[in-house]
Amino acid sequence: MSSRLPVRKTYKLFIGGAFVRSESGRYDRIEGDPAAAGVNIPRGSRKDVRDAVAAGRKALPGWAARTAYNRGQILYRFAEALESRAADIGAERADVEASIDVLVHYAGWTDKFQPVLGGINPVAAPFLSFSLPEPTGVVGVVAPDAPPLLGLIAEVAPALAAGNTVVAVLSDEQPLPGLDLGEVMGIADVPGGVVNLLSGRRSELAPVLASHHALNAIVDVSGDAALGAEIDKLAAESVTRVRHTTPAESYEAATGDPLSRLEAVTELKTAWHPVGA
Amino acid sequence: MATQEQRTSITWDYAPAPESPDHVRLRDSYGLFIDGEFVDPVDGTRVPSINPATEETVAEVAFAGSEDVARAVRSARAAQPGWAALSGLERGKYLFRVARLIQERARELAVVESMDGGKPIRESRDVDVPLAAAHFFHYAGWADKLSYGMGGRPVEPLGVAGQIVPWNFPLLMAAWKLAPALACGNTAVLKPAETTPVTALLLAEILQEAELPPGVVSIIPGDGSAGATLVREPDIDKVAFTGSTAVGKNIQAALAGRRIPVTLELGGKSANIVFEDAALDQAVEGIVNGIFFNQGHVCCAGSRLLIQESVADTVVSKLWSRMGRLRVGDPLDKNTDVGAINSREQLERIESLVASGEEEGAVRRTVACELPDRGFWFAPTIFTDVAPAHRIAAEEIFGPVVSVLTFRTQAEAIEKANSTPYGLAAGIWTDKGSKAFEVANALQAGVVWQNTYNKFDPSAAFGGYKESGFGREGGMSGLRPYLKVAS
Repeated sequence: MSSRLPVRKTYKLFIGGAFVRSESGRYDRIEGDPAAAGVNIPRGSRKDVRDAVAAGRKALPGWAARTAYNRGQILYRFAEALESRAADIGAERADVEASIDVLVHYAGWTDKFQPVLGGINPVAAPFLSFSLPEPTGVVGVVAPDAPPLLGLIAEVAPALAAGNTVVAVLSDEQPLPGLDLGEVMGIADVPGGVVNLLSGRRSELAPVLASHHALNAIVDVSGDAALGAEIDKLAAESVTRVRHTTPAESYEAATGDPLSRLEAVTELKTAWHPVGA
Repeated sequence: MATQEQRTSITWDYAPAPESPDHVRLRDSYGLFIDGEFVDPVDGTRVPSINPATEETVAEVAFAGSEDVARAVRSARAAQPGWAALSGLERGKYLFRVARLIQERARELAVVESMDGGKPIRESRDVDVPLAAAHFFHYAGWADKLSYGMGGRPVEPLGVAGQIVPWNFPLLMAAWKLAPALACGNTAVLKPAETTPVTALLLAEILQEAELPPGVVSIIPGDGSAGATLVREPDIDKVAFTGSTAVGKNIQAALAGRRIPVTLELGGKSANIVFEDAALDQAVEGIVNGIFFNQGHVCCAGSRLLIQESVADTVVSKLWSRMGRLRVGDPLDKNTDVGAINSREQLERIESLVASGEEEGAVRRTVACELPDRGFWFAPTIFTDVAPAHRIAAEEIFGPVVSVLTFRTQAEAIEKANSTPYGLAAGIWTDKGSKAFEVANALQAGVVWQNTYNKFDPSAAFGGYKESGFGREGGMSGLRPYLKVAS
């Protein structure tokens, strides 16, 4: 009977498609999550947030320019990859399965939300005028503690479906499922930088994210009223769009009002093209 | 020192053609419009509203104090359940009445708008007032179809909306704010701008004539402090603001932690892009409309003119020649193209930014034209040799001043156009369809006009990207800021 020594995973941040240590060199130990016993969780820093936003900004033009069909296929591929890795994710099975279904749901939205949120404007002048939603840009997500995976995916999936890139601050208490996601995206053709995942202390990272002038919108699912107010105040410095919402506890909650989630991360552009002259 | 050139030798002398103000019957003094009545302010003041073209008083107007704001909000709160309980059809019928009354009193409203704000009568008559009526008409028809506009979702009104509008399109902006709010079943407290309250008070008279239930709309003129009080009122459910980016940021910050929906329609430094394959004479007309419409007091004004290098000299030459033919003067004259600057304060801001342009090395040309002795005036001005870092290329001037930059390639034009914290509007001048669609797609701006500029329609969404604000006004998307999905 050989007693093989298991190979432990070194958890890292996921920035620009790469697994990186926090530039700060800091780590946290998490009490209360048996899966995290003995694990050193990288404690992201101000600089890591900036690097992640820069990575999201860099990846944005390419991701936004993908066809809606292609983005839909990649989100579906993300769901496939998560299904095949379901046993490896450090989250409850129900949490993972609901997350997979949410990805499938939003994979189907990529080429459908435009005509629902926009359309032709019957203007009283000789112009073809239409309004269509476009991605707002780089979207921050301040994830809830629970459910650790679905609470994150419920906000990341609509942002990606609409063509945004994402910087997510993961749960303080259960960051491992979020950190595991990086490995799933790596095999799902999600381009590097489209989703960036930061563990660390929410109270430290979320304000840095909210005040970043290259961030276009932030979705706050922290459930922390004081932090939410701080996010509001910092976001106002560059007119960053803010949405506060409660954690999606189920597939139904994550998909019950998808338009509100999509609206929060899109900008409506109205174009006027001449008809005739 | 400014490079002053004489007006071109061909001058067209028009006989004065003033629109008569005879049919306008203004009161000497207006109270606050609260709970369906004009009332004296409790802790406010009375302030003369000045005609910026003559510096004479148009009417005395009550300005709201903080207790007046609170009183207006209380009346809106009291009226809201009854208003929301009306059927959509009945709410819509009130709004249709308002639209019709604006049309009936259009001439009077246009004259007063030009007197109170300084804009040419041609614009208030042909743009502001008809569009205000059209907005009420458009949203009147939404009132019984709201869930169709929300992707089929069941909807509810938000409650009481606090709305603040600017001085550049006083009546039109009031219509943009009130019409969707009311159609959706909200009640509203509207604060007109400090320098242009009078047409909003005529609108209050119209609301009385339409027999709108008391409290559904209160109109409380005031200065910035009244607006600051309104957005901080604890018993409002929605804030909508149109104005400067600086004030918009203050409002967003002031509402931190409140979790109430906000719509901000803020400033801009919009790019008007002329490609070498454009119909250049048509483009010149569009440039003039883009920047000199309403004296450039337009949030989406085409204040950054980007011209492809190969045609830059030609376009600037044609533009300068055209500028020399603009008629600057009496806003009530039907031939006037450029009216009065809205206020002394705004005139000083324009002068200060123009001075910075000269100091930073851009080349200024200002049309030499006779300006009236009294009132606030600024002659149409063009800056060439502008660098992107100049203040006149980056900051909103909000006056009849255009800054010219050039580009070589389409990619450079897009990069320069997007290189600003603002993102309200843009213009594209080209006759090549595929190029127009490609560039329009790449511009980070809420509205993109091809071969036209400053076109508005109640069915078309309007609003900004980035620091030009968020939320949309107009059309189906203009409903969303005033509704919530029913739980």
